[in-house]
Amino acid sequence: MEGTKNVVLLDFWPSSFGMRQRIALALKGIEYEAREENLFDKSPLLLEMNSVHKKIPVLIHNGNSICESLIILEYIDQVWHDKYPLLPSHPYERSQARFWADYIDKKYLQIYSTGRRVWSGEGEDQEKAKKEFIEIFKTLEGELGDKTYFGGDNLGFVDVALVPFTSWFYSYETCANFSIEAECPKLVAWANRCMQIESVSNSLPHPHNIYAYVLELKHKLGLS
Amino acid sequence: MAAGNVKLLGVWASPFVNRVEIALKIRSIESEFIQENLLNKSELLLKSNPVYKKIPVLFHDEKPICESLVILQYIDEVWPNGPSILHSDPYDRAISRFWAAYIDEKWFPLVTELRNAEGKEAKTAVLEKIYEGNLLLEEAFIKISKGKPFFGGDSIGYLDVVIGSLLGWVKAQEIMDEVKILDETKMPSLAEWDDRFCSDEIVKDIIPQPEKLVEVYRKYQESFYKK
Repeated sequence: MEGTKNVVLLDFWPSSFGMRQRIALALKGIEYEAREENLFDKSPLLLEMNSVHKKIPVLIHNGNSICESLIILEYIDQVWHDKYPLLPSHPYERSQARFWADYIDKKYLQIYSTGRRVWSGEGEDQEKAKKEFIEIFKTLEGELGDKTYFGGDNLGFVDVALVPFTSWFYSYETCANFSIEAECPKLVAWANRCMQIESVSNSLPHPHNIYAYVLELKHKLGLS
Repeated sequence: MAAGNVKLLGVWASPFVNRVEIALKIRSIESEFIQENLLNKSELLLKSNPVYKKIPVLFHDEKPICESLVILQYIDEVWPNGPSILHSDPYDRAISRFWAAYIDEKWFPLVTELRNAEGKEAKTAVLEKIYEGNLLLEEAFIKISKGKPFFGGDSIGYLDVVIGSLLGWVKAQEIMDEVKILDETKMPSLAEWDDRFCSDEIVKDIIPQPEKLVEVYRKYQESFYKK
């Protein structure tokens, strides 16, 4: 078994992208050193390991740094492929898993800026943001269909890519006074099923802690 | 090679479609090219890519695969004959994917920004950002190629296809704006790679001539504004 020092994850606790790696490493039973970054005071290690984007998460494995969360996820899945494989083995199904994980990331900018408008916005713009936000999750709900998980009977690549964002749902709902469950019941049911899995629930912060962080952010931005 | 039923929905001028054409050629896969009309999208496109409604779409035995980078990886995995498109080593793969993402998400959008920028000052500002990116790419090429002719090593690989497919449009932009985007004095290794890539047997009939792309762009602008 590899020593803990060989696998290091540079992370930031409320980051949905960091949560992805925590889940994958937990599912595969990989021990690693978790290093918390202060994004307002980035460490020399982070700046060195991700000199192009200077962002977390970064996985450092045997001295090599891997950046960009979906790329890290594929790397983890390939290196430790015998333990809880996340990507399906059939090429067509793999292509679909990659497509939907990529969709989540393409929409992230929208979710992030839309999400930001949801928890920090007001009035008409907030309403518009809520609508856009729900549409993205409705599309994903459509892709889930009647499956237990996006990966079928077990968690797959898309499940791990998506479930971290659900830890932010309570914050969006509370700030903007709406119920994501009412609009996307199947998706919320899926999220609850994921949370029954220890590797997921241990990797995600409690939604109330995210909410406290959001309130802090709002205060910092002068929006409370 | 008998590859099953393979069709590619696209337009010859799209660099993202060119990526798929190159990958299919690397693997010697014959396919039927279905020309799409981007000004009046077909039922086939809208049905097979309802999420983005964009080309390319690869059909394998009638099943659609969308997004050029997803398609490249599919081709690499489904038809394992001929040289590998992606590296087999997980770390080398991750590096190729990283730079492919950088190209698609950061660098090429700057070229589009350059096209849309109005006035010399605005254009110069975007060019500066592109030049910064070029230095990163030059460094990346030297590191990844390890003295070999391509990012993929001895033969064209994933990153060669991802970046190389864009060269036609980059050069078209150079013509339209009368600027040098790929400055061989600042990026000598990449400039040599550019020549090597564009003259390669597999690539040379696929990447359109920049002058033709300028023509296409001007015609598209006309029709677009006429509507």
